[in-house]
Amino acid sequence: MNKNISIENLTRGIIKENPTLVMLLGMCPTLGVSTSAENGLGMGLATLFVLILSNFGISVLKNLIPEGVRIPCYIIVIASFVTVIEMLMAAWFPALYKSLGIYIPLIVVNCIILGRAEAFASKNNAFQSVLDAIGMGIGFTLSLTVLGSIREILGAGSFFGISLFGEEAKTILLFIMPPGAFLALSFMIIMFNKIRGVK
Amino acid sequence: MKKQQDKKDSLIKMTLALTLITVVSALILGYTYEITKKPIAEAENRAELAAIEAVIGTDYDNNPYQDKMLIPTKHGKEKLELYPARKNGKITSFAMKTFSNQGFGGKIELIVGFNINGRILNYQILSSKETPGLGSKISENKFKSQFKGFVARTSSFKVTKDGGDIDGVTAATISSRAVIDAINRAYGAYKKLNRGENKNEQKH
Repeated sequence: MNKNISIENLTRGIIKENPTLVMLLGMCPTLGVSTSAENGLGMGLATLFVLILSNFGISVLKNLIPEGVRIPCYIIVIASFVTVIEMLMAAWFPALYKSLGIYIPLIVVNCIILGRAEAFASKNNAFQSVLDAIGMGIGFTLSLTVLGSIREILGAGSFFGISLFGEEAKTILLFIMPPGAFLALSFMIIMFNKIRGVK
Repeated sequence: MKKQQDKKDSLIKMTLALTLITVVSALILGYTYEITKKPIAEAENRAELAAIEAVIGTDYDNNPYQDKMLIPTKHGKEKLELYPARKNGKITSFAMKTFSNQGFGGKIELIVGFNINGRILNYQILSSKETPGLGSKISENKFKSQFKGFVARTSSFKVTKDGGDIDGVTAATISSRAVIDAINRAYGAYKKLNRGENKNEQKH
């Protein structure tokens, strides 16, 4: 029974409550940085990492935090985690920081993090919260990588930076630009709902 | 009465909890800032050194980064760093750290290399906030390789849309113009310095 709940918590975020395609959370980073598969993957992994830490931190601190000021407390905890990670990364992993650097400040405003803190971590123990974070993080990473791949292939004619159709190929530049993000995402949600059997 | 007491308690409790969390976070952040300050500065120095090598190669016997000098821009408002590469005491080429505020996402910083005749060798973007997948292509070789051999501040050193010979990055003309703007700024400062030096020499 207990094991079932753990598995349920771990897998919920991947399909059933996929943060991007079902709950439509975190639309700002989703639309903004999914211009290529690499960017999508990078943003997804950075979010996954912060989500694990913030879910863990908040489930540990949940009894200390009074009901009335929980949201400001969560924001402070999340923003501090993100800033500490950003500084440590810049100091000891400059190469990684260079490729992920632009996404890190964006994670603070990602409502998936706050959403999971409020909806899950504040009501469950640390272990279950970490499982939930891993599932949600994977769901977010997968949908961002797929969205980034679609936009990169159609808009830039490449995949993970590798050119697919040669240098001179005409590509649909629209897909790299902001309107292309909305178009690609909406088609992805339609397809996803079809597969899930939602009418 | 009891209810009021509860409310007061919870107000104090809320204030205390929020203050405590803020203070602890501030301490952690301050400590992390202190211990990462030096490694971050070192990492940035290493990145600049690598960029200098990327634009002027390694064919020199001094350390251009250590010999750097600050020279004023054409209008004298800002100062740019110039790294001279010397061989047997003579300057063979030099790199300059320059910037443009005309990028699509704001400031672009880059290091550009010139040979002794002032022709462009190469450039390397240090930091930019250009749109990933569009403006960010200014750091790709397809665009960069066009710059080699150009003299900055000439009529052909413009994007084709402005009547020059540089093919701008597709759908990112603003970013392409900003790179040219940054290089022009460096070249203007170099020219000004050169004129000043010549004048001094004539006086002697």
